[in-house]
Amino acid sequence: MKMQEAKNHITDIRAVDAATQQVWQYLEEVTDPEVPVLTVVDLGIIRGVITDGKSAEVTITPTYTGCPAMDMISTNIRMVLASHGYAPVTIKTILSPAWTTEWMTEAGKEKLKAYGIAPPNPKQSVCTPEYFHREEAVQCPHCNSFHTHMISEFGSTACKSLYRCDDCQEPFDYFKCH
Amino acid sequence: MISDKFLYTLFLADNALILGHRNSEWTGHGPNLEQDIAISNIALDLVGQARNLYQYAAEQYNNYRDELSGLITSPAFNQVQGPIDEDDLAYLRDVNEFRNNLLVEQPNGDWAKTILRQFLFSCYQQLLYERMKQSADLQLAAIAEKSLKEVLYHVRWSGEWVIRLGDGTEESKRRMQEAIASLWKFTGELFIAASFEKALASAPTAPAASTGAPGSPMETSLAGLVPAPESLKETWLEKVAGTFRLATLDMPANSWMQQGGKDCIHTEHLGFLLAEMQYLQRAYPGSEW
Repeated sequence: MKMQEAKNHITDIRAVDAATQQVWQYLEEVTDPEVPVLTVVDLGIIRGVITDGKSAEVTITPTYTGCPAMDMISTNIRMVLASHGYAPVTIKTILSPAWTTEWMTEAGKEKLKAYGIAPPNPKQSVCTPEYFHREEAVQCPHCNSFHTHMISEFGSTACKSLYRCDDCQEPFDYFKCH
Repeated sequence: MISDKFLYTLFLADNALILGHRNSEWTGHGPNLEQDIAISNIALDLVGQARNLYQYAAEQYNNYRDELSGLITSPAFNQVQGPIDEDDLAYLRDVNEFRNNLLVEQPNGDWAKTILRQFLFSCYQQLLYERMKQSADLQLAAIAEKSLKEVLYHVRWSGEWVIRLGDGTEESKRRMQEAIASLWKFTGELFIAASFEKALASAPTAPAASTGAPGSPMETSLAGLVPAPESLKETWLEKVAGTFRLATLDMPANSWMQQGGKDCIHTEHLGFLLAEMQYLQRAYPGSEW
């Protein structure tokens, strides 16, 4: 509920005025350095924009607390907005409400899949604290088979785990539930 | 007192940093590629937590410098000009100013010992953060809420390894049992309140009842900010015992427990860890990469 309220709030503030909408549009130019098909807007990590058309303040939230991409994302936001003439650009970080994969947009999930990374499953089916319990069906982003298994809970970045498809035999990353 | 909250924030941060650093020592040396990546990911999560917590501690320090400056006496730290940041707290404090639990500073040993250390600590951290995310201190609550998602992964991953090794071969079982014998004595202090925890932990009466009492607005507003560590012990023991049962490992008998970490009295291992971790910033102050 907390998240839904926050999401609605963001929808509200995006509609505020043309200057704010313009900044949101420029933010679509900033991509995740680890997953370059996703913009920061797709990821759902932008929590607020305040602008008067000249200066801009962008509030972001980290995906994972230790995600090394966050510093680079902040720098990239700063650079993109500066290149469009905003000064000064301030980046603020907030932790609550915590980011979850539910914050990712549907468009973002489709882009992930097209890129070869399985998008996160709906949250309710996963995240169990039980030992040796695995999410029932992660779909292979290559051949769409559900006949897949996890190789490692921790993958190439903090946000992914490693899977293999038992049909097409291809390994793939799964953007894990969070 | 504002100093209690500052020390508590440092205590949480030190635990996360030191365990994160220990885990990072496995990077490139893990038993296989996937587990090397797993332990490095956990290290990253913990160092990320530490960063959030140190940033919060630095904010408190900068806001209440007069009250807090006497708490850190390390000469390197006190040479910092202007406001401090999270790196100053991590790199410039001396070993007798760290408040982490003795458990997290213990050397990695073999994979069994590393796994068990992670499991014992992550179970504790999960219970702590589940309670702390309801804290009236919104920043501590936000850090707990954020970190908890990652801690749940750590508990599951390390718990599965405890079971795999305990219920594995004769050798893996022997090593797990040795790890238990070596680490168990450091678990007691997790559940014994240090003075700053006592001051912050749940007050028996509702804070509202005493508002307006002259002279103590600070105490009143801070009471009940964090869970009392004693209150986590029973659930922790149940979780550990349940996992050991699945792992066919013997639960240790009640025995003597070593304590001191929260009061800055450490085992010899922490000094060596800090010497390596802090070397660069001490030798080349302010260097960046």
